[in-house]
Amino acid sequence: MIRILHQIFRTGIVTEPLPAEAEAEIQELGAKLEDAVRRRFRRSLTIRAVDAGSCNGCELEIHAINNPIYNCERFGIHFTASPRFADMLLVTGPVSRNMEIALKRTYNAAPPPKLVVAVGDCGCNGGIFGESYASLGSIDKAIPVDACIHGCPPAPAAILKGILKAIIGISL
Amino acid sequence: MEKNDLRNIIVSYFDTDAIQDNNQSPASVPAYRVPRERFAEAAKAMKSADARLVAEWAADESAFGRGFGIYACYNKESEYLIVKTYAPLEDLTFPSITKKFIAANRFERQMKSLMGVMPTGHPDLRPWIKHEDWPEDAYPLQKSFDASKPMTRIKGEYQFIKAEGEGVYEIPVGPVHAGIIEPGHFRFQAVGEDIINLEERLGYVHKGIEKRFESLSWIDGVKLAGRVSGDSAVAHSLCYSRALESITGCNPPERALWLRALMLERERTANHLGDIGAIANDAAFTFLLYQFSRLREMLLRTNLKLFGHRFMMDRIIPGGVAVGINNDAKKEIISEMHWLEKEFERLVVIYDENPSLEDRVRDTGVLKPETAKELGVVGFTARASGQAMDCRIQSPFPPYDRIIPKAPVLNSGDVHARAWVRIEEIRESIRIIREIVNNLPEDKTASDFIVPTPDKSGFAVVEGWRGEIVYWIQSGIKGEINRCMVRDPSSVNWLALEQAIHGNIVPDFPLCNKSFNQSYSGHDL
Repeated sequence: MIRILHQIFRTGIVTEPLPAEAEAEIQELGAKLEDAVRRRFRRSLTIRAVDAGSCNGCELEIHAINNPIYNCERFGIHFTASPRFADMLLVTGPVSRNMEIALKRTYNAAPPPKLVVAVGDCGCNGGIFGESYASLGSIDKAIPVDACIHGCPPAPAAILKGILKAIIGISL
Repeated sequence: MEKNDLRNIIVSYFDTDAIQDNNQSPASVPAYRVPRERFAEAAKAMKSADARLVAEWAADESAFGRGFGIYACYNKESEYLIVKTYAPLEDLTFPSITKKFIAANRFERQMKSLMGVMPTGHPDLRPWIKHEDWPEDAYPLQKSFDASKPMTRIKGEYQFIKAEGEGVYEIPVGPVHAGIIEPGHFRFQAVGEDIINLEERLGYVHKGIEKRFESLSWIDGVKLAGRVSGDSAVAHSLCYSRALESITGCNPPERALWLRALMLERERTANHLGDIGAIANDAAFTFLLYQFSRLREMLLRTNLKLFGHRFMMDRIIPGGVAVGINNDAKKEIISEMHWLEKEFERLVVIYDENPSLEDRVRDTGVLKPETAKELGVVGFTARASGQAMDCRIQSPFPPYDRIIPKAPVLNSGDVHARAWVRIEEIRESIRIIREIVNNLPEDKTASDFIVPTPDKSGFAVVEGWRGEIVYWIQSGIKGEINRCMVRDPSSVNWLALEQAIHGNIVPDFPLCNKSFNQSYSGHDL
């Protein structure tokens, strides 16, 4: 136990401010954002992550926004196991044919207003997998999409920024 | 010393019936063609020689006028051997070898589902990866199949194995799981909390990767290989490149080989760090998740800084690497390793000394050594269950012939063993990374890419962080990609999870599953 406590104090708080560029953008939209999160989501945005066919690269970076360095909880963002509790679906792609039905069911299970954010190049435009017998391509081929976060995979800061921008987007 | 046990067995057993296949690049692996009706006999001979089935696959070779090629690759210690046969177009069948090798069960279901070749005598012909709502005659890997069009959906239902009796009930899980992970379906038959049987049903992230390769150039192919399983971007693109280089005879410069190994070890370290934390998290010890994810994040940031990408995607190219590191970068890696070692060892003590964690990870999800061997599992899963195998040792490429890794082997086969093997491997990787950086030869970073000539096959194995990755690629009639067979470690290791879960309780499933941490995407392709 003493080792654990020791390690906790030694580590301290490692959470970083977002990169300057992202931080400035958020500052700029800060008032609106705060208002939006407070008003629409009561300071708590709940996300259900859905892998609709990804290579797992984007999932790793979505994991990373939960690590103590990016610490998404500071913005009131947390991940839920059930789409029933979700305000936002964070969907990675491409949408495989074998996941199309499950993705639509998850979408239908989430209560409105539901934001859908496509994460990664494959989710945004099909990426290297494209459209084929097995892949529908981008997420919007299956369900309505509110915002896209590009990158292969997008860096954790870009994912955070994308989520925050999507919240503002629907509130403007 | 090259051993030729398996080769000698096939040659002496089949005599003139076994013909060496010269289309297979001799630099990669010997291949022997046997008569179709004797294909299963070859498996029997391999089984009695104590060989392991590495992979089994088919290739549409109708463009060459010889029907479909049926391939089985075997391994014993450092020796790999391919046994092949042909199925003529008018009779696309071959003798099943699943009675000899359990791993063949899913390989052959997959061959039937995607290539339309029928394994005669196979006990379970339910489709695999192909879901029941695909048109029955859709065989995407056949050359005549138009992959650009979406398929219609038909009605159908997958027949799960059922358990019956008083108090027996069924728990369906997935494809959308509770966490931030890939999709797949697990069907439990349980009594109370005890699991009677677990059946996996995968294929949800099938994106047609193998077919997609066939429409890409050799150079673009390596990008796709890097996205077969995003966590193994380095290992997959390396294996693809090595298979391609084995056809063309291209020799990457020494420096490129060393940089490849450097990236491979960094990928191994980062993934293992994440996994150990995630295992502790699934035993409700969140503290270690956050601590280990902090270390992992620092490694990924160095990757971004020095190699231009957090997962080092697209940094390995056919012929070499697309990165170079200078002296400052070397210094940075050395000091990073110093930092990592210190931080890591502190956390290992905390892992090791925590009795409540120990209570969860010990004797949970046991994969017995004999089961591991029977299934032919690979990688840390195999090493945690008494199987001393590591491609870096058995089939080394420079610098692994000089910097020889030590493969930790444990026998308990439980969650703890799979975690501890990772801990030992991180220690080894830190040592290897230091040695590479300290002895990195000066040279170019890539040789010129050579385009393969028609009708040649290449083969390569690479020890990724999950284990042995296998690529077999074949050039077509114009020298294009005719077939690219990918075998992720998970393609065999998924079988092990079903076995390891017996005797466990349902709430321990996430912990067991995490200790294997298999790739869905690499399996489903």
